[in-house]
Amino acid sequence: MSDLLAARSQMGVSLAFHIIFAVVGIGMPALMVIAEYRWHRSGDAVYLELAKRWAKGTAILFAVGAVSGTVISFELGLLWPEFMRQAGAIIGMPFSLEGFAFFTEAIFLGVYLYGWERISPRAHIAAGTMVALSGALSGIFVVIANAWMNTPRGFALVGGRFTNIDPIRAMMTPAAFPQTLHMTLAAYAATGFAVAGIHAFMLLRDPRNAFHRRALAVALMVGAPAALVQPVSGDISARYVAGQQPAKLAAMEAHFVTARGAPLVVGGVPSVTERRTKYAIEIPHGLSLLAFHEWNAEVKGLDRFPRDVWPNVAAVHLAFDVMVGLGTFLAVLSAVILISGWRKRDLATHRWLLTAIAIASPMGFVCIEAGWAVTELGRQPWVIYGILRTKDAVTPMPGLIVPFISFTVLYIFLGVIVAYLLYQQVLRSPRGDDAVPERARAA
Amino acid sequence: MLTSAVIIAGIIMLSLNAYVLLAGADFGGGVWDFLATGPRRQAQRDLISHALAPIWEANHVWLILVIVLLFTCFPLAFSTFAIALHIPLTLMLFGIVLRGSAFVFRSYGSDENATQERWGRVFAIASIVTPVLLGMCVGAIATGNIDPAIFTSDFGGSFADQFIAPWLTTFGLGVGLLALALFSFLAAVYLTIEAEGTELQEDFRARALWAAAAVFVIAFGVLGLSMREAPMVRRALTGGPFALPFHIVTGIAALTAIWALVTRRFRLARVAAAAQVTFILWGWAVAQFPYILPPSLTIDATAAPQRTLTLTLWGLAVGACVLFPSLYYLFRVFKMGGQRG
Repeated sequence: MSDLLAARSQMGVSLAFHIIFAVVGIGMPALMVIAEYRWHRSGDAVYLELAKRWAKGTAILFAVGAVSGTVISFELGLLWPEFMRQAGAIIGMPFSLEGFAFFTEAIFLGVYLYGWERISPRAHIAAGTMVALSGALSGIFVVIANAWMNTPRGFALVGGRFTNIDPIRAMMTPAAFPQTLHMTLAAYAATGFAVAGIHAFMLLRDPRNAFHRRALAVALMVGAPAALVQPVSGDISARYVAGQQPAKLAAMEAHFVTARGAPLVVGGVPSVTERRTKYAIEIPHGLSLLAFHEWNAEVKGLDRFPRDVWPNVAAVHLAFDVMVGLGTFLAVLSAVILISGWRKRDLATHRWLLTAIAIASPMGFVCIEAGWAVTELGRQPWVIYGILRTKDAVTPMPGLIVPFISFTVLYIFLGVIVAYLLYQQVLRSPRGDDAVPERARAA
Repeated sequence: MLTSAVIIAGIIMLSLNAYVLLAGADFGGGVWDFLATGPRRQAQRDLISHALAPIWEANHVWLILVIVLLFTCFPLAFSTFAIALHIPLTLMLFGIVLRGSAFVFRSYGSDENATQERWGRVFAIASIVTPVLLGMCVGAIATGNIDPAIFTSDFGGSFADQFIAPWLTTFGLGVGLLALALFSFLAAVYLTIEAEGTELQEDFRARALWAAAAVFVIAFGVLGLSMREAPMVRRALTGGPFALPFHIVTGIAALTAIWALVTRRFRLARVAAAAQVTFILWGWAVAQFPYILPPSLTIDATAAPQRTLTLTLWGLAVGACVLFPSLYYLFRVFKMGGQRG
């Protein structure tokens, strides 16, 4: 394994690991605050119990997120010193702002988790709201920094050096809006469905359980609307990629040959040597419609680009199809859930719907991983799109396979432990017969 | 000259100072967890865990702020430092990840004693190793061994010359141990206040005094090693214009801390201990001024373009307006008055 590949793999593993916890840090505070708010409004003690139990799980996940995020901030320099040397002054701004947002999140999470007995209920819910807001904001800032790598702006390139730097213009880069919108919605959809799935699974075994019923309702309230509108934000993202990063779009869609009225290629096995995708389903005019909203629009294929700037077509196309496929499933499921909720159906007695929600539990997170694979692998061979190649940014340090394997082992180990601890938390959740008297007491 | 670059370098040092005083003490807590002994062993561990739980994550963010400001405003110094110190920084990150994870796994994990014990060990050992590595990185900067020229292809040093020699020195190791001793000292002093009104207070008072003795011995050792290995530090600490006042104020703070501990004036001891650590840290900063990464990278010459610096200063001003009230609130809720929940 070359040092470059080891560095890319280590960065990939670190990001793939951290993103799960970062997303939970955005989504869970919203769920907890809603549960706590409902407790205030209804006096139903089950909601308080719910907020407290969710808070326990969140504490574990947030801590792992905080330390794995620290690793990434160092890795930017440890693995890509040349990138940071050139770009630090341009994209440091969103990272600095993220630093403050994350600070605020960590402070108020401490207050929220440990302050139940120490501050007034009103202050407590305000602390939770601060966590939810600053969590969302810190995610947005980090994604803005990534957006700049896709559409670098706010400088003049003179003799290969960045001059006339404008960090504000850099932050307003064209990719910023579609990427932050798509990611923020994804965070709510993934967290909402992950949590809803767990409680749906428990309800399949214990349908009258008041604790899980309320948990399911709150989780879906966050997850379903986000998943429902996500395809719209996906469309905005796709059209921006078509305009700004046509080579990435061509790889996503396994679109080898430039064409008018280009078909949409679903699935299949892209063959780079034959420059076509075998065994795929082709929807006529589909790609032109999706990318440009026009029946006969010309879509640039990979043939318009020199071979050495192609991303890994098979990986990007597969990841894209996984994201869109599972995302579509979540959007349709959300529509069904919202319609039955609107018609005041009792979700907890719909066995097939509960089963579908339970199956959907990991899908949001799989979509997020796949989506980041699309945007990161799709940007290759560039670290700064069109300007700096990843291979020119890597550290001169040899033997990078050692830290790569060490971090991978560490993260697998931590992942197993976290999964086990969360599983134990779920096992300890109240049984139907425990939760009902509590509710009666509160009433 | 007080340029924006110098002001930001000062703010980076202030953030590092906050990290050392706050998160440093959290690492020190792990040291005392490791060394918990006597009949109140479990009670000591519980107190440490209770003191850390609500605040350690917020304390940890100071380090992220240091790194982010460094790469935004001093990108060349940041990347050079990240190349040269790849190995100790990576090991330090391992320590940071394991310490934080083990701490929450212990707090929220199973109630089985064996599992708790195991995570407690991981937490404690990571708390000991991480400060040593952090100190070694600081030591490597202070020796002036990190020359950016070493990474140009025509320099042609061996792997050991490039990636190990800059940080693996006796002086570096000394600074690592000094960091460990200072963090343990801070933690023990702070814990005397956390333990107010219990028998544990005397336990931590004794520990604070032992740690003060360790700091004293190691600090003189490091001073001695600097004579041989860190000429820049030596010059500043022996002949520089700030040498004498620096030694006097640090000495006063150290003696005040010890006297306050002996006479059980714990709140005064906390202030004096924090002052002592702060003076040592700024002694290093002043010694290497105007370099951000000696021997060749100065603060002014390697800073980011002015526009970035100006915007960062504005960002810091706005951020501080949110940060300081929030921090005040956090510490008021958990660290001032009121009985333990």
